[in-house]
Amino acid sequence: MKRLTWMFFVMLACMLSSILGYGAESLTGAGATFPYPLYDKWFNIYHHVTGVKINYQAIGSGGGIRQLLSKVVDFGGTDAFMSDEELQKASGEIFHIPTCLGAVTVTYNIPGNPELRLTGRLIADIFMGKITKWSDPKIAGLNKGVKLPDMNIVAVHRSDGSGTTFIFSDYLSKVSPEWKEKVGRGKSLNWPTGLGAKGNAGVAGMVKQIKGSIGYVELIYAKQNNMPVALIKNKAGNFVKPSLESVSAAADVDLPADTRVSITNTDSPNGYPISSFTWIIFYKEQSYNNRSKARAEALARLLWWMVHEGQRYNEDLLYARLPSKAVEKTEAIIKSMIYKGQPLVTW
Amino acid sequence: MRTGSYSRRIVISRIMECVIFFFAFISLLPLTLILFYLAKKGMAAIDWQFLTHLPRPVGEEGGGVVNAIVGSAILIFCATLMAVPLGVGAGLYLSEAKEGKLSYWTRVAVDILQGSPSIVMGVVVYLWVVKPMQSFSALSGSIALAIMMLPMVIYSTEETLKAIPCTLKEAALALGVPYYRTILKVVIPAGMSGITTGVLIGVARIAGETAPLLFTAFGSPFLDINPLKPVAALPLVVFNYATSPYPQWWEQAWGASLVLTFLVLCLHLTAKIGTRRWKIQF
Amino acid sequence: MKQLSDTLFNAVVRSCAIGTLILVSGLCVTLVIHAMPVFRHSGLSFLFTSTWDPLRQQFGALPFLVGTVITAVLGVLISLPFSLSIAFFLGEYFPSGKLSIFFQSATDLLAGIPSVIYGFWGLFVVAPFMQKIEIRLGIMPYGVGIATASIILAIMIVPYTASIAREIIKLVPSDLKEAAYALGATRWEVVRHVVIPYAHSGILAGILLALGRAIGETMAVTMVIGNRNEFPKSIFDPANTMASVIANEFAEASDDIYLSALIAVALLLFLFTTVMNMFGRFVIKKLTVRQES
Repeated sequence: MKRLTWMFFVMLACMLSSILGYGAESLTGAGATFPYPLYDKWFNIYHHVTGVKINYQAIGSGGGIRQLLSKVVDFGGTDAFMSDEELQKASGEIFHIPTCLGAVTVTYNIPGNPELRLTGRLIADIFMGKITKWSDPKIAGLNKGVKLPDMNIVAVHRSDGSGTTFIFSDYLSKVSPEWKEKVGRGKSLNWPTGLGAKGNAGVAGMVKQIKGSIGYVELIYAKQNNMPVALIKNKAGNFVKPSLESVSAAADVDLPADTRVSITNTDSPNGYPISSFTWIIFYKEQSYNNRSKARAEALARLLWWMVHEGQRYNEDLLYARLPSKAVEKTEAIIKSMIYKGQPLVTW
Repeated sequence: MRTGSYSRRIVISRIMECVIFFFAFISLLPLTLILFYLAKKGMAAIDWQFLTHLPRPVGEEGGGVVNAIVGSAILIFCATLMAVPLGVGAGLYLSEAKEGKLSYWTRVAVDILQGSPSIVMGVVVYLWVVKPMQSFSALSGSIALAIMMLPMVIYSTEETLKAIPCTLKEAALALGVPYYRTILKVVIPAGMSGITTGVLIGVARIAGETAPLLFTAFGSPFLDINPLKPVAALPLVVFNYATSPYPQWWEQAWGASLVLTFLVLCLHLTAKIGTRRWKIQF
Repeated sequence: MKQLSDTLFNAVVRSCAIGTLILVSGLCVTLVIHAMPVFRHSGLSFLFTSTWDPLRQQFGALPFLVGTVITAVLGVLISLPFSLSIAFFLGEYFPSGKLSIFFQSATDLLAGIPSVIYGFWGLFVVAPFMQKIEIRLGIMPYGVGIATASIILAIMIVPYTASIAREIIKLVPSDLKEAAYALGATRWEVVRHVVIPYAHSGILAGILLALGRAIGETMAVTMVIGNRNEFPKSIFDPANTMASVIANEFAEASDDIYLSALIAVALLLFLFTTVMNMFGRFVIKKLTVRQES
């Protein structure tokens, strides 16, 4: 019993002393699941390099936004940038910076799995159930010399709310007015046809399972699992294969100063059209909630590191790097962060 | 009662016996399967590094769950610290004041608490603690767990103290010992074994709880013992790793599951053996 | 002096009881207050419509209500033959002895395994197995879905129902049973015509308690039910229960009405389980009192 009491007090003392050491050397973030593997790697390396602990939990983009709005986290992660309405609801000005790029690929399962060429409108028609056969003349017209089977098309979509669906539907809304009107864009949609599956793994698994199916998954997932992916016609009229280079190229366009832009259906001639940024969001004025200046600085330094040194690790994990134009914009944003009205970045 | 020939009735009885035995034994099948998978896949993932290292990023070999083991320990420790005094106090009240409006309603409240889903605790504690404090924390997680544990402590205290003979208490009172000293020095020590068992079972229950931690303790890849910071917990790690798309993490999830199951079953066993060994007979 | 310390002690103990009471009522009040906005927003259609579209701020919780009820009822139905067999086995056939201790420990073990591990095991062992069955049956091979969730739930509640039913069966007075045996009844006839009629209301209460537990079960169900916010059309479809939708979306809900909708789901869940529980406990308490008096 004596020993137990001892242990009890030692543990209590440890915990109390650690409260006193509550410092700037750790930051909390939450949000998007899509860039999580990259962030996990980054923050692990960052901890080794600088000693700063960053705890990022992948709870979904919406979660990242909400936790930032209620100021529970130091920064949020999101695959879909905040709308003007959402920004107005916030109690302070919120900044976005892009950290990396992702893309959504269209994958399929037909005999022989030839490389297919598709257009955005065609994809919209397929997912709306207007084109129901693989041998449809519209598909055949784009794929001369490819033997298409006389099979029914089974469209597979995500059943859970997901940034992947958002990017995919964002693209289709831009290229197909009918899609925009009937289905719209969002993280979970009211699908007119097809089957639902959970997660990238679920969609991929179902596509592999069912002959004649078509689905959409993240580029990383398709690459890791060696799935057939379609070439998609971009705005400039080129059929582009999804790859890290073509995704990076898609972002190589003029960005607005706040980087809140959708780059699906990009103008870039070599860009893959279903590409998107993923963002980190944070407050411009960092002195809220009596945060210490050291903590605010730690955040600014982390952000700076992410868009510079951090980018080195992107390609190993199959995320496209930020193009230089985007990095320039990001630098300007980080430099305009303030603490009690004073600029935070002085290095 | 409809009756048939004697032999027919015997046969029916035999058949029904077989059916009952069959179903009873079949229901042990899942247990064997679960333990089998846990042992097979879990043992493969567990080594010294797994128990002593921090997790590593996806794609890198190795890494462990020491953060989750320590996090679970902190959560359980804080929860017990909160639930036991309150629970023993309330149980004491219920055993002393058996009748009365307050006792009646408290009992109803405890019954409600006992039956309410763990996820609801998570939601409520998020609203109570996480939002006002503006941070996920081990503290909020342990408050949720403490609420989950409370009914067990109250029930066991009440039942144990009720079973203690009045003569014991009366003897002490007759010797002129003040009431509060009688309770603290005579009644509670006599009921110690029962209360401890209740606490252990309570701990075993909360050690495996995941739902209330989702929006409170939150998880963390670092070793942190500050109760005002987010912490990892074993069940949370199992959930996160199991639902991730990486086979490497699935392996870690099996390892973490084995550790967690082992921990929970040990607690149950201790509670069982403890009840038998420490029991004071009257 | 003596009296002062006694008063103090009494006050402390009393405040613990009051504290518990406040905790629980605070819990209810918090849920109700935070759930109000969504009822103001969509009124009763919250309960009776089946479109859950947070983007367009349409909140209909019907798919979750239905998903919860189907999963829980199915789970309890699947578990019944097993849990009742165990209860008869332990309560009637082998009330003591080595086999009884073995069974007792095994079911205790089953009850002790954390729910997240049931979910994990279900996801990696039962779901692929279900997928194979579904391919055989020629339906969509989701693997996860209502059926899988029910099976996992059934496994989880077997020990719970069994232990309640066993306690109830043990309450059956032995003179009743002995009288039947003396009249030449076989063992099954005693079970069928003496034990079951005597214990049926208690067993029913046990089933209600198990149902309450199945409804509130979160992690295991969340992991294997497939999480689809649509009205399920068959028992092999992915769906969502009240608990799983909260677990999945609570941290992610970005606007106030959405959050409030999820809290309203939590309130419903709380009410459901509380009603089941109170009723079940009431019946059992009445039975026990009848036995004691």
